[in-house]
Amino acid sequence: MSRRLDDIDRRLVLATQDGLPLVPRPYHQLAAQIGIAPSEVMERLLRMLARGVIRRIGAVPNHYAIGYTANGMSVWDVPDEAIDELGARVGELDFVTHCYHRPRRLPEWPYNLFAMVHGGSRDEVLRKVGEIARLLGPACRAHDVLFSTEILKKTGLRIGG
Amino acid sequence: MPEPALIDEVDRALIDHLQGGFPICEEPYAAVAGWLGIGEAELLERLERLLATRVLTRFGPMFQVEQMGGAFVLAAMAVPAADWQRVRALVDSLPEVAHNYRRESERQSPFNMWFVLATESEEGIAAALRRIEEGSGLPVFAFPKRREYFVEMKLAVRQ
Repeated sequence: MSRRLDDIDRRLVLATQDGLPLVPRPYHQLAAQIGIAPSEVMERLLRMLARGVIRRIGAVPNHYAIGYTANGMSVWDVPDEAIDELGARVGELDFVTHCYHRPRRLPEWPYNLFAMVHGGSRDEVLRKVGEIARLLGPACRAHDVLFSTEILKKTGLRIGG
Repeated sequence: MPEPALIDEVDRALIDHLQGGFPICEEPYAAVAGWLGIGEAELLERLERLLATRVLTRFGPMFQVEQMGGAFVLAAMAVPAADWQRVRALVDSLPEVAHNYRRESERQSPFNMWFVLATESEEGIAAALRRIEEGSGLPVFAFPKRREYFVEMKLAVRQ
């Protein structure tokens, strides 16, 4: 299903992908840049929020800078027939920020359930991973935790002008 | 790993608050400043500083590329130490790479470079993967999501 943006929405994306202008009336500035009315900028942003094109408008903190110095991607091998139920339960844990079903890549990679866990230390993350292991019980056949040791790049989405 | 940055109480409240929804109205910063009990100019100065010092990596709309007809795919590579700088430079140079992390496994998984490709079309993903494979001489393993159970990247400021 293709849901291409119309030209003006696309220009709004291009104008804000580096961030919202830090001026008292940011939507007016975008309107002047794009050549439409400020009310249209606001309406279009609200519409994109409602459609899920924009998840939210807000700040993205650097996890390290706000005290989450350990970030572990926990990965689990669980039976395919049980993954939807298990994934939903793991996703409900308050320390899990992302939880997905992804394909295995055998033989290198037997894991199909990915759950991101953030904490103040590796030990804290490993304790939380232990909670996931208890929740999954015998349904978990193998698991691993991959800690991030360096952010190599973090720019977010960039679409071409 | 970088040390946690020095931020004060107001920064903390601001970061926690701004991870939620930012208002869409004529003067949204004034609205948020009022909620935080500071002036609009102070809020803007603090935001500028937090972005300049990389406490915040971004402030603005978070786009969901799949809803625009595009694609967002996690991928991984096992990069030998001797090739690390070369492969990292190649991967980071692609505009399609939205973020890239070095990771180390607790169980000796060989995948140590994990990145996310975000493109405006499905075809863009395959093209970017091919360029990385051809440029690096190493296989790239894509992990497209089959299903999303939860995504909510909001973390309360600690310390």
